[in-house]
Amino acid sequence: MGDCVIRASKLAKWFGEGDARTIAVRDADFEVRYGEMLYIVGPSGSGKTTLLSMISGILKPNGGQVTIEGRDIWAMTDDELADLRLKKIGFVFQDYHLFPRLTTLENVAIPLILKKMEWNEAMRNALQYLEIVGLKERAELQPVKLSGGEQQRVAIARAIAGQPDILIFDEPTASLDGDTGRKIVEFIKTRILNDKRCVIIVTHDSRIYEYADTIMKMEDGRITGLETNHLHEK
Amino acid sequence: MTGLFRIAFKLLVNDRSKFTALLVGITFAVFLMVMMMSMFSGILSRSCAPVYNIGAKVWVMDPAVNNTVSSIPMPDYVLSSARSIKGVSYAVPLYYGGAQVKLRNGSYQSVTVIGLDDTTLFGRPELIEGRIEDIFAENGFLVVKDAEYSKLGSPPIGSELEINDNRASVVGIAKVASSGLFGVPTLYTTFSRAITYIPTTRFTTSFVLIEPRSTGDIPGIQREIARLGYEALTRQQFVDKITAFYTYKTGMGTNILLMTSISFLVGLSISGQTFYTFILENLEKFGAMKAIGAKGRELVTMILFQAFFTSLTGYGLGVGAASSFMLLMRMRMPDYAAQLTFSILGFALLMVTIIAGVSSYIGVRKVLQIQPFDIFRG
Ligand SMILES: Nc1ncnc2c1ncn2[C@@H]1O[C@H](COP(=O)(O)OP(=O)(O)OP(=O)(O)O)[C@@H](O)[C@H]1O
Ligand SMILES: [Mg+2]
Repeated sequence: MGDCVIRASKLAKWFGEGDARTIAVRDADFEVRYGEMLYIVGPSGSGKTTLLSMISGILKPNGGQVTIEGRDIWAMTDDELADLRLKKIGFVFQDYHLFPRLTTLENVAIPLILKKMEWNEAMRNALQYLEIVGLKERAELQPVKLSGGEQQRVAIARAIAGQPDILIFDEPTASLDGDTGRKIVEFIKTRILNDKRCVIIVTHDSRIYEYADTIMKMEDGRITGLETNHLHEK
Repeated sequence: MTGLFRIAFKLLVNDRSKFTALLVGITFAVFLMVMMMSMFSGILSRSCAPVYNIGAKVWVMDPAVNNTVSSIPMPDYVLSSARSIKGVSYAVPLYYGGAQVKLRNGSYQSVTVIGLDDTTLFGRPELIEGRIEDIFAENGFLVVKDAEYSKLGSPPIGSELEINDNRASVVGIAKVASSGLFGVPTLYTTFSRAITYIPTTRFTTSFVLIEPRSTGDIPGIQREIARLGYEALTRQQFVDKITAFYTYKTGMGTNILLMTSISFLVGLSISGQTFYTFILENLEKFGAMKAIGAKGRELVTMILFQAFFTSLTGYGLGVGAASSFMLLMRMRMPDYAAQLTFSILGFALLMVTIIAGVSSYIGVRKVLQIQPFDIFRG
């Protein structure tokens, strides 16, 4: 595995004040390297999404530090942070969040358009990514016309269209049947992950554990274990 | 940025039902506002038409007079006193009254008769047929060729009408800048003939028209006339007085204001509400765009674009509908009074901008508030 991309140290996040305060994440220390596929697993409410949001520049921690390629992201301005997310990070949300009134192609092109790419070029580019996820023929359809697994792949195409270094998935297989879920993760592992990228997946789904390089366990806001998957040691 | 506008446009237009509702709401509001104000403005300008047509710089009248139709006759000394006021170049009497004309077929038609000063013919209209001197010929009358002309059976020069058992012969056809409010034909004759043909009260002068030596003399003239117990108004002041009468004393102004405000509020609520649901429906997606890396101001621009695009399109449709309607009406009804002015267009545009502003403000607030983390958590 390559160099370290993300380093989190002493990350903490709590919600509410006084008696109502819940500590979602405490004292989280870990790092992610290029070429790594990291899983974050743990029971519901253990702080996985919160942690993911803090390392991807979406949720400001109450304490600790996150660096991406050596830069302290929470010292950046909002605009710098937005730029960082646009250029370095690709998100796949659990319920995809595709615009229902746009075609799949236009949905995939959104990061490119945000990067100020000219419209036709953005569409040409987006089509390549749809091809990568095997949905080139569905380019002109609206997302609602696609199956859940296909929508997931459109969301993946959108996430990788901006050529990010870091890909973040929250529960990518939660709403898919076992087979489709496995296929998607296998696809991510073989086609999307490379040694200039890292993939972080939050999941409950033990059927897909075999694809992980590292599995990080969380419980009650704490990181309770870090396992390297020896099946994949090359 | 153009790409984002295109995305914003597609998000809006592809949502057919909401986009239609938005357009219908705004078009409807603009149509109503424009119609209402045009009607009002048309009626006002018609009611002031005689003041412009006669064209005198200063009008002397009884202070109780609110418009040209309801003139109150003044004694002769007002005219002679006016003539002796310093700064008056000349002063002439004007007769302005109504009469019944008996037509060839035996039916009666109301007309307005304007009697011009016998020596100067001050305030005479432009003739399109005939010679002005013929107004002095026996029974000489001029007929104004406007939308009302046909109500007299479109009499050509040489034809005869009957006013109070007096014979009136048409000696000229005139045209005026704008026609009056009440939809009756207008006849011009001399002052002396007017008061002999038409039964009058003891006093006969409806207005005294004054030509001042210079505009600087007007305030002095007004003071002197006021001393006589009468009122001297400049053309603009008289127009303003008539306007104020119709606007405030008849309740027409408040009514129009009320209707316009209601159309505005209806438009605002329909489009504000629809736009709000539109934003709410896409809110999570906007949140997702934020997570992906869209900046707040980019999303704001998209929303402003959507709001203003819809509003201006609705404005165009509304103004188009209103003006075609007016055109159509004018083809059917020559007297149709509504007139579309630039200030009405400007005002409606302002109202539409407010609708767009308010709608987008609500949307913008929502979108700026949405936290990508909440989207992420699902
Ligand atoms: N905005 C918030 N306000 C209050 N509490 C919150 C908020 N977000 C998260 N929490 C709390 O923080 C804790 C961790 O939440 P988080 O969503 O990170 O858990 P998770 O591990 O992702 O759970 P799941 O597997 O159900 O998605 C939970 O106890 C949750 O109730
Ligand atoms: Mg979660």
